[in-house]
Amino acid sequence: MKDKKTLTFSIMDGPYEQARTVTVFRLLDNAARRGYNLNVFAYEGAVNLPFSKQSKHPNAVHGHDAAEEDHPLPKDWVASLIQTAKKHGGALDWINCGLCVDERGAHEAIDGCRRGTPGDLWNWAQQSDNTLIVGTR
Amino acid sequence: MKVLQIIDSAYRCTIEEQDDPAVWITHAMKGAGADLDVLLCGNAVNYAVKGQDASGLRFGEIVQKNPPKLDNDIARLIGKNINVMVYTEDTAARGITEAQTLPGVRRVSRAEAPTIFSRYDQVWHW
Repeated sequence: MKDKKTLTFSIMDGPYEQARTVTVFRLLDNAARRGYNLNVFAYEGAVNLPFSKQSKHPNAVHGHDAAEEDHPLPKDWVASLIQTAKKHGGALDWINCGLCVDERGAHEAIDGCRRGTPGDLWNWAQQSDNTLIVGTR
Repeated sequence: MKVLQIIDSAYRCTIEEQDDPAVWITHAMKGAGADLDVLLCGNAVNYAVKGQDASGLRFGEIVQKNPPKLDNDIARLIGKNINVMVYTEDTAARGITEAQTLPGVRRVSRAEAPTIFSRYDQVWHW
């Protein structure tokens, strides 16, 4: 792709607490479908987004068993975004802040997500066409 | 590349982290070679106030030994030649005087923001 971009995102929020995760993932999905190369630096609570032990549950209020409820799991969204980027000729590289992982015991991340440091964010930012920081509120 | 770190959200998890994550990552990236400045706005202007003391927290028998020292953390940024600015409108709105702010903190007006932003390759809003 002639105008292939590299974009870096840093996100801070953990799953199931706010709407920023979905907004960022929409941006990532759009960029992944354009074949861009994407970097995600997960900082603080965001290291729980690719936590591999997330599981679906039934929802009695909805009258659904676990299969019917098909509860969204951010780890599956992350995996799907990685696959989508690959399918369209790009890549999505995900780094979890290592100290943030240690604080939360969130060591078990899905394949495609690795441990790193804030230095990785800075290096990515220097190599990218642009960087978007999505802080928490 | 030179980046302006705008820090807006304040005292969100400073007790648990014993610092502010946006200030902390500024220190960490500076250590990795980053060229950064900081603009404190909103409630975060209070990070530039001298003499903060968050000590004394105790839950049962657990005493916090290393409470956050946000003013020290900001002073250490300045010590690393990071330009730290605060919006005067935001300090005034919170009754913070110039005498109460750390030496070396630059007081700037929101009207100056476009000029300030133009000096940086990127602006990151935490």
